[in-house]
Amino acid sequence: MNKVRVIPVLLLRDWGIEKSIRFRDHVYVGSPINAARVFNAANVDELFLLDIAATPANRGPKLEVVEQIADETRMPFTVGGGIRSLDTIRDLLRAGADRVSINSYALEDPAFIHRAAEEFGSQCIVVSMDVRQGRWGKTQVCSQGGRKKSGRDPVAWAQEAVKQGAGELLVNAIDRDGTMDGYDIEMTRAVADAVPIPVIACGGAGSVEHMRAVVDDGHASAVAAGAFFLFYGARRTVLISYPEDEALMAAFGPERIRRKDARIRPPERGQGT
Amino acid sequence: MNNDPTIPRVAVVDYGSGNIESVLRAFRRLKADTELATRPRDLASASHIVLPGVGFFDKAIARLEATGLADALRERAEAGAVPLLGICLGFQLLFQHSAEGDAAGLGILDGTCHRFDFSDEGTSRKIPHMGWNEVAAEPGVQLLADIEPGTCFYFAHSYYVNCVDATVARGTTSYGDTFTSIVERGNLFGTQFHPEKSHESGQILLRRFLAAGSTR
Repeated sequence: MNKVRVIPVLLLRDWGIEKSIRFRDHVYVGSPINAARVFNAANVDELFLLDIAATPANRGPKLEVVEQIADETRMPFTVGGGIRSLDTIRDLLRAGADRVSINSYALEDPAFIHRAAEEFGSQCIVVSMDVRQGRWGKTQVCSQGGRKKSGRDPVAWAQEAVKQGAGELLVNAIDRDGTMDGYDIEMTRAVADAVPIPVIACGGAGSVEHMRAVVDDGHASAVAAGAFFLFYGARRTVLISYPEDEALMAAFGPERIRRKDARIRPPERGQGT
Repeated sequence: MNNDPTIPRVAVVDYGSGNIESVLRAFRRLKADTELATRPRDLASASHIVLPGVGFFDKAIARLEATGLADALRERAEAGAVPLLGICLGFQLLFQHSAEGDAAGLGILDGTCHRFDFSDEGTSRKIPHMGWNEVAAEPGVQLLADIEPGTCFYFAHSYYVNCVDATVARGTTSYGDTFTSIVERGNLFGTQFHPEKSHESGQILLRRFLAAGSTR
């Protein structure tokens, strides 16, 4: 049975990882390489690295960081942040990323999704969208780290992204970001029910129960979280926390969660190696 | 490559389809020498051959035919002396035909590739099949010899293989339908999943692949 993926998201600004709250208050929490190493040792399902300084600086994600993280990790590793060209995607894949995430530029030029999927395959292309609930109820997709409104409805944008060839969507609720109050289940479900590709929910995770709810009620295929896995420790240390299999299985049921330990069979008597 | 016969020399076929960095890294971690193979002669001194791939079936086979690698791989598979592993698209390419691009594959194994179709389930079952899933395998599969049944590996695909040869199809995975996820025939191996992205279980599987073809 296909398992629910539980995915840490590292927000990278220059060299340090940050947590954010509602995309505004950023707090430095440590080295991305160390964080990746710890998550790899914990055998997490997958890892996302978003270089949030990239778009404002008009560049792609830092290749040196991508290379070092790729060296430390043995699970799928998706990188995003300021991606605007096929060359950038090629460089990132060569540096060791397995997939890339496109956000702001896809809104500017939706056909870029198509060109990227044609060149690298849909499985390589994740379209991420940051969604804000307007004060008068209008929910819309934003870009530039939430600073710029696009006027687009998330469901319509999701369908457009699929049409252009996106392999997967990451839906991030700006208003829930860092609050640990739970995902935006309604919005996630509206998007997930409208598209045939997997949807990763992001923004608001504060418990394993929140994760179960956005999968069961929000119809997400996977859950992503940042603040929930990263703690700001004393003296600028980063404390990584990832739920034990038992906690995840208690919430989701044992069949839907992958056991993280490599289940190694001891050699049978009489068998050489 | 090196002259030390105990260090595997893994030729990873590079036909321009997708990310092969993860595959190269995985074999380097296992202390194998790796080399990119873009022409038939690059396979000459390899102790192991890997056919990786993410991307499009028709583009991939066209590239393999054009470079002569397709025939070189067919010959190696026929001779059976050098262990050969196809991963994901590389696994699908071993078969006769794919509905993707309506293209003929290498034809080394009997079977065809089809696209998942869950339209009768609305949008509740997603395509691609993305993420960790179990491989249900019979006993005696070399690549899985050191791994407990029910261990998960990472899948990322929209097309699946229907392998009609039961002696070759050694394990299946369920995603809506049940499909062939691992094949073995002598020194020929194939996995629909990505061992290079499957943590330690994948590492163990690749170590078993490196152990194939040598004295055990």
